Amino acid sequence: MNIFICVKVVPDSETIIKIAPDGKTIDETNIRLAINPYDEYALEAGVQLKEKVGGEVTVISVGDENVAGVIKKCLPVGADKAIHLIAPNSRMVEPLSIARLLADEIRSHPFDIIFCGKTTIDAQNGLVGELLGSLLNIPVVSAASQFSVEGDRAVVSRDVDGTKEIVDCALPCLVTAEKGLAKPRYPSLKEIMLAKKKQIDSEPVIPGEPNLCVLGLEYPPNRPPGKIIGEGAGAAPELVRLLTEEAKVL
Amino acid sequence: MTKVIVFIDHKRGVIKKATAESLSVGKNIAGQIPLVAVMFGAGAKDAVFCLSKYGVDREIVFDNKHLKNPVSLNAVKPLIAIIKQEKPDIILFPHTAAVKELLAAVSANLGISPIVDCVAIENTDGKLTCHRPVYAGKVVVSLTSNQKPTIVSIRPNIFPVIERSAKTKIEEFAFQLNATDILTTIREISGDDKKRPDLMEAKIIIAGGRGVGCAENFVVLEQLADVLGAAVGASRSVVDAEWQPQCIQIGQTGKTVAPELYIACGISGAIQHLAGIYSSKTIVAINSDPDAPIFKIADYGIIGDVKEVVPALIQELKKAKQSS
Repeated sequence: MNIFICVKVVPDSETIIKIAPDGKTIDETNIRLAINPYDEYALEAGVQLKEKVGGEVTVISVGDENVAGVIKKCLPVGADKAIHLIAPNSRMVEPLSIARLLADEIRSHPFDIIFCGKTTIDAQNGLVGELLGSLLNIPVVSAASQFSVEGDRAVVSRDVDGTKEIVDCALPCLVTAEKGLAKPRYPSLKEIMLAKKKQIDSEPVIPGEPNLCVLGLEYPPNRPPGKIIGEGAGAAPELVRLLTEEAKVL
Repeated sequence: MTKVIVFIDHKRGVIKKATAESLSVGKNIAGQIPLVAVMFGAGAKDAVFCLSKYGVDREIVFDNKHLKNPVSLNAVKPLIAIIKQEKPDIILFPHTAAVKELLAAVSANLGISPIVDCVAIENTDGKLTCHRPVYAGKVVVSLTSNQKPTIVSIRPNIFPVIERSAKTKIEEFAFQLNATDILTTIREISGDDKKRPDLMEAKIIIAGGRGVGCAENFVVLEQLADVLGAAVGASRSVVDAEWQPQCIQIGQTGKTVAPELYIACGISGAIQHLAGIYSSKTIVAINSDPDAPIFKIADYGIIGDVKEVVPALIQELKKAKQSS
């Protein structure tokens, strides 16, 4: 099976985000980059599928030159090769442009299934997978918490606004990963050494003209400083009083 | 500007709260121009009475025997046909998990870049400025689109529901949908009968962290939730320890929530968790560690053991209920 995994390199979730002087981007100096966590679940799901049915896992990512080192980390954990589509300053490029770049590349390869993370923790649009599937004219199932292949169909369990669904669709298809779809593995030393021989194809790409205009970034308003109203069970009556009379939320 | 369309997310004809919020936003934007609701599937026709409460001028309905999940990807063809016929300036969707695939499929097909998960919208003569949180809400980006129609989705639980009366005209849309247009099939649905509200729409959320002590102790949080009609959530560490399922995790790799009241029980308040609850109206923290970061953003804090404070709180709330 030809399995593609779309990944994005993002600022680690611990990062303290600072707005850059231009007011429209974030300051990326000295931030720690990582694979988007949902994409790690996607990758592991793809690798587990390969281990079950055979085939090849290709990681594909759009990002600037700086992210190449992070993309490499997908190779010791089971990807066979990686494609890095190099687009400068592409962190906040709109999802449709990213999906088009990915679609153009993936179309030129045989593929049976594509995994993406359900969203990214930077721009958090959660759209690239769904848009990519539609551009490739294949079914999309988002936010999978379990996945299997039965014959020529993919079967996915997911939580949709509080209800659990089991959905199936024909292959080829695109599945986006919820946290917990598959538990990412740690690479062994041997796999790290072997991965050095695996190839990364890099290729410059140019995203299309933007349709959206970023006016600016802002910090959310500060919450008023909190107050401690008491200790232990004895504070419960005062809390109920404040929630009823002051906050008026009960 | 000539027309605003709102796509209706519903369950068997009952429109979701997030949809009512989207209709209210839609009416604010539309003003005097027509607000059109597009609703698919069983129950769409009967919903007209409900839609008239939100100032909907026209309801376009479509149903078909193949369309068993009427807000899914499978509805893409009729929805595109309606958009092409109606030529709206703006199309609003509630930002729910159920309609996301459909929103993306419509956008990809029409070549439109959508603006999703908006928490504030300003309208200047039909040009929308949309604000949406990024980096788990650590910053908010404001955007405009230079495309028509503009496709926007609305984060649940942020915008108020505003009722207005209108005479809603109902129109059936004629479209040939075939079995081959059905891309994804639902095999099974469960958990539909849950008595607690969904996290994304809940007015009150009771969330537990490591400080709850063990998986069994969540029972007391559930009791508190039952008294308040609240949803139950969990921190990442609790989900990672498998005390609670992933679907109720709150924070950067879980759900971002904005209830009126968020009660954090035994949650220390990692940056990723705080980001996910930042827009809540009132935050209460109960934690035995007085230095826990959660106290910095909690409106009301109680230092103490969840196992002692929460039962006392339940008693107090029951007392208050009886006397009122």
